Amino acid sequence: MIYAGIDIGSITAKAALIKDNRLLGTHVIITGYDPINAGIKVFDTLLKQIKISKTQISAIISTGYGRASVSFADKTLTEIICHGTGAHFMNPKIRGIIDVGGQDSKAIFLDKMGHVENFAMNDKCAAGTGRFLEVMARALEVDLELLGDFSLAADKPSKISSICTVFAESEVISMIAGQEKRENIIAGIHEAAAARVAILANKIKIKEPVMMTGGVAKNKGMVRALENRLGFKLIVGESAQENGAIGAAVMASRL
Amino acid sequence: MSDKPADKRKIKSAKKMRDIMTTYYLDAMTAEQNNKQVAWITSGGPVEPLVAMDIIPIYPENHGAMIGASKMGEDLCIKAEDMGYSSDLCSYARADISCSVVKGGPLGGLPKPDMLICCNNICGTVLKWYEVQARFYKVPLFILDTPVCHTQYSSEIAKYVQTQLDEYIVFLETITKRKFNYEKMAQVGKLAYEAQLLWQKVLNTTAHKPSPMSAFDAFFFLALIVTLRGTQIAVDFYKELLEEMEQRIKDGISMVPNEKYRLLWDNLPVWYRLKWLSKKFSDHNACLVADTYTSAWCGAIKYTDENNFLGSIAQAYTMIYLNIGVDQMADQVLDMIKFYDADGFVMHSNRSCKPYSFGQMDIMKIVREKTNIPVLMIEADMVDPRSFSQSQVETRIDAFMEIIKQRSN
Repeated sequence: MIYAGIDIGSITAKAALIKDNRLLGTHVIITGYDPINAGIKVFDTLLKQIKISKTQISAIISTGYGRASVSFADKTLTEIICHGTGAHFMNPKIRGIIDVGGQDSKAIFLDKMGHVENFAMNDKCAAGTGRFLEVMARALEVDLELLGDFSLAADKPSKISSICTVFAESEVISMIAGQEKRENIIAGIHEAAAARVAILANKIKIKEPVMMTGGVAKNKGMVRALENRLGFKLIVGESAQENGAIGAAVMASRL
Repeated sequence: MSDKPADKRKIKSAKKMRDIMTTYYLDAMTAEQNNKQVAWITSGGPVEPLVAMDIIPIYPENHGAMIGASKMGEDLCIKAEDMGYSSDLCSYARADISCSVVKGGPLGGLPKPDMLICCNNICGTVLKWYEVQARFYKVPLFILDTPVCHTQYSSEIAKYVQTQLDEYIVFLETITKRKFNYEKMAQVGKLAYEAQLLWQKVLNTTAHKPSPMSAFDAFFFLALIVTLRGTQIAVDFYKELLEEMEQRIKDGISMVPNEKYRLLWDNLPVWYRLKWLSKKFSDHNACLVADTYTSAWCGAIKYTDENNFLGSIAQAYTMIYLNIGVDQMADQVLDMIKFYDADGFVMHSNRSCKPYSFGQMDIMKIVREKTNIPVLMIEADMVDPRSFSQSQVETRIDAFMEIIKQRSN
């Protein structure tokens, strides 16, 4: 029996397939302006890669902000449950999850069975999300993928005091004008974002071991800033970005 | 002959209440022609002396709720901001202040007041809000200051509030140029007491499984206990409503078709999203069976002596839900969770209502520690829809319900 999970996020769409409690494969594309099409495309591409047909799929669950736009899914679930399930599937010891995606960030607390015990999400604010980093990368003319490497090369992280993305951007622009080192500004940005995310983790009194998931987990600078802020190491798997889709596929196998 | 399932669930008393409210507002609109005076009063203020003096009480906060429910809040809030008021100011205050100037809202503005009665047991914003209105309408303002009872109601507070209540009577005598009618006051006091008891009984009916009504209905039926407390009309209406609820229980009629999960709501409603939220929870087979808000108009009844109403209301008006300490608020929440057998607690962090939203994190923590039921916090505003993010609220509610369902399995 093969099960699929599709996670339509604000920036990327992810698909995952599992068979006999084993991960078959995952795929990620940009969501773009058309979440309906993104859902179809990411799913079809993954099927082609794994070389299986749609008829072999027993059940599909969609998740993420665009979960309702996946019309061929059997059920929708929120990304909170899916990230919890995905993390538990990848590593049953995990008790805490920090998920930083494009539109929001969240901290999730799991019980020993992998059930969500509690969660906290960012409020109506982009600070501490992938979008925040994207805006800053643009202001600094740095590729989003390289943001983490830049920050690791900092010698003295700049201090970003604004908690609002819009104000932080103008603060960064004045730092650029003041000729502060780009590496230091970027490290400062990561520290500011990490401070916001850490509040969520502290709010629910997260317990180790903690896994970081979501697209932002690929950013080494952000992982390090978060670890410094929280005072413990984070576990980052290879499929951190696809973790929600993996969890959705696991949930589909339980339908 | 069989009713459609949806019709069966409709509460029949709703029509009667709409009629009563229409008559109430018509009376207030035509007060001047009928040589009656109008007093604007805060939602937690002592209205009974006004009723005893035949003065029509008008509640800008009830009006604010109407503005929110009729989705006119955003426009009026923006107009107030154009006048220079901060977007951080309470949306009831913003909507009311701009309504006075532009004559907007569902009623085309409230009837002009002859006096303003402001009691700060619900918040501090009302002080400045009513001062603004007193200057605008050039009418006298009476302020009743009720200190917050963090731990207990002291003899100093009792004396301080009682002195002001005595001054309140003198204030009314001065404005109306009539002697205060103590005989009528005694009757009004009894009626107010009776109506509060009845309202509490109506709210208690939702302890039944399945619940005959939801908090969304309570938000609606609340209007009379606020505006017509102390009249026979309110007593008669709540008697009928109570009978209807008891009949629904006998007939097995629930508000949510397949009630499986029972939730408690905290803070004011999100007035412009009542229908959306009601459907959202109902789709999850969840019923908001009770709330901390509508019970605030009968919660302090234990301090009231129906035979010495005027002499006992100082404590009742001082110790309402929003004017007590966080620990006492949490105790009330815990009692409600137990009484209504709630499976979850939904807190509305209301950008407008600071005294209601301040302390919610502590109450949340206490509830989690003592009951182990899931608690959800959603961020919104009671009237200003610009503070409401649908996709964020939707994800939070869905995830919260997923946790409740997972636990019940």
